[in-house]
Amino acid sequence: MSDDTGLSRRRFLSVATTVTGVVGAGFAATPFIASWQPSARARALGAPVEVDISKLEDGALMKVTWRGKPVSILRRSSEMLKRMENSSVALRDPESEEDQQPNYARNEFRSIKPEVLVIVSNCTHLGCVPTSRFEVAPADLGPDWVGGFFCPCHGSKFDLSGRVFAGVPAPTNLVVPPYRFADDNTLIIGEDAEVAA
Amino acid sequence: MSNASVNNESGLLAWIDARFPLSKMMREHATEYYAGKNFNVWYVFGVLAMVVLIMQLLTGIFLTMSYKPSATDAFASVEYIMRDVEWGWLIRYLHSTGASAFFIVVYLHMFRAMLYGSYKKPRELLWLIGMLIYLALMAEGFFGYLLPWGQMSYWGAQVIISLFGALPVVGDPLVEWIRGDYNISDITLNRFFALHVIAVPLALVMLVVMHILALHETGSNNPDGIEIKENKGPDGIPVDGIAFHPYYTSKDLVAIIVFLILFSAVVFFAPEMGGYFLEHANFEPANSLKTPEHIAPVWYFTPFYAILRAVPSKLGGVLLMGGAIFVLFLLPWIDRSKVKSIRYRGWGYKLPLAVFAVSFVALGILGTLPAEGVYTLLARLFSFLYFAFFLYLYIYTGSEQGKPVPERLTYHG
Repeated sequence: MSDDTGLSRRRFLSVATTVTGVVGAGFAATPFIASWQPSARARALGAPVEVDISKLEDGALMKVTWRGKPVSILRRSSEMLKRMENSSVALRDPESEEDQQPNYARNEFRSIKPEVLVIVSNCTHLGCVPTSRFEVAPADLGPDWVGGFFCPCHGSKFDLSGRVFAGVPAPTNLVVPPYRFADDNTLIIGEDAEVAA
Repeated sequence: MSNASVNNESGLLAWIDARFPLSKMMREHATEYYAGKNFNVWYVFGVLAMVVLIMQLLTGIFLTMSYKPSATDAFASVEYIMRDVEWGWLIRYLHSTGASAFFIVVYLHMFRAMLYGSYKKPRELLWLIGMLIYLALMAEGFFGYLLPWGQMSYWGAQVIISLFGALPVVGDPLVEWIRGDYNISDITLNRFFALHVIAVPLALVMLVVMHILALHETGSNNPDGIEIKENKGPDGIPVDGIAFHPYYTSKDLVAIIVFLILFSAVVFFAPEMGGYFLEHANFEPANSLKTPEHIAPVWYFTPFYAILRAVPSKLGGVLLMGGAIFVLFLLPWIDRSKVKSIRYRGWGYKLPLAVFAVSFVALGILGTLPAEGVYTLLARLFSFLYFAFFLYLYIYTGSEQGKPVPERLTYHG
């Protein structure tokens, strides 16, 4: 066989070897990349948590950790709910159309019971914890403020249902985690409620 | 000539040279590497960056001997280094001050390239490798900042990792993959430690070697921006070139001494630098339930942080911030001017470059301040000027007429 007759055969073999090698490298890389996923232990520690809210008074907020994230539980007074209903502030997603809550919390007050708000307190912008600002019309937040959450990092604002204001860096409403009521005063955060939406 | 004479010698060096190209490498990269004879003070920052790199590697190795990369132990182990380890405070302050010093010299090194057109043909690849070094350096600074596990470590990492969440579709799974947990945790800390002490330093060192090899292939630029290789004497040596060793090594030694004096002054008298090198909030252990009132990254990230905050949209801010870094990669192709050095370019380049430099510094200052009112407006103005510079440069240099460039190097531009 002369030198040039084998050239296309050799080129084919080179390409085939390269492709096989690349595919093999891809398979070999998989375990390393997958090892960065949350481990079995991290997933186990992310199990649902039980919270007793019997001592939570009207207008008070408590924080618990679920999956390492701060979850805020706020018992909204009827006055707070009324103020929110009458507020004229422009919201980006007032009807909670974005998938930021389970179906059973896709309602006016983004909750199973209107008075009990359960949200993940990580700003949907870059993950800071918004501060609770439940006073009406404070000097730094302006006359339209009827109470809500304010993120100190980049100035995002949310109302008392965790709905994001228009024109702030955060793109979406605060996340409502899956939760259910075991009884009137016990919340299970991390488990879905079986409520007909 | 010299090749043959060296090989004929006997002794240890000849024995090594027959087995490893020691003399050959010394000649190629030091005693017979010729650089323009008119280097000024702008040309010391490359070697200073190397000095800081070596210092970071050394102090870093010693810090790992006492540091514990776990969420329960990390904060206390840093206090242990500061209080109980013999000279531990010095080793840690050298490392933390070294991080800031690294960025100071690298920013000046990059600005030098912009002054004298050192990124222009044939040095585009040199610039790209340099930009990769800059990226690796930012990654190194970011991973390292989580390790003390203070409040600013935690929330700084939270914010930066969340940036990836802005990407459509892949964002949220990607963020979870980076953290290895549902929130920043022990797992995240442990892997950032691995990246900070092994992966990134290894990449950094390899990139620096490539950077120097690329530099020595094209030859160094100089303040006049002319190619000294185009004018060689009968001996084949550029007539305007002097050997790197001993001429520039001895000059660099002076720069290193001056640098170390200033550096020591900071290490011994102001290691926190008023909260800019070590932020006050970081003296409190990480708490996932409470964000500090005012969070800002360390000063070397603040220009980009200011751009991020200037945009009232999450994805928009992230894209613009990424763009601010990416556009630097394209600089060799954005600047189409045939003239390299600012000495032979008109006000049409000098003034915008000054505006760019001022914008970068202004963004850096704004990034440390809260994002409200007039600061936000200023951040928007300077972000605009930052990007406008590159757009202007591309258009302007299409027809830029520089001043005549001399044949030989000059000493006073």
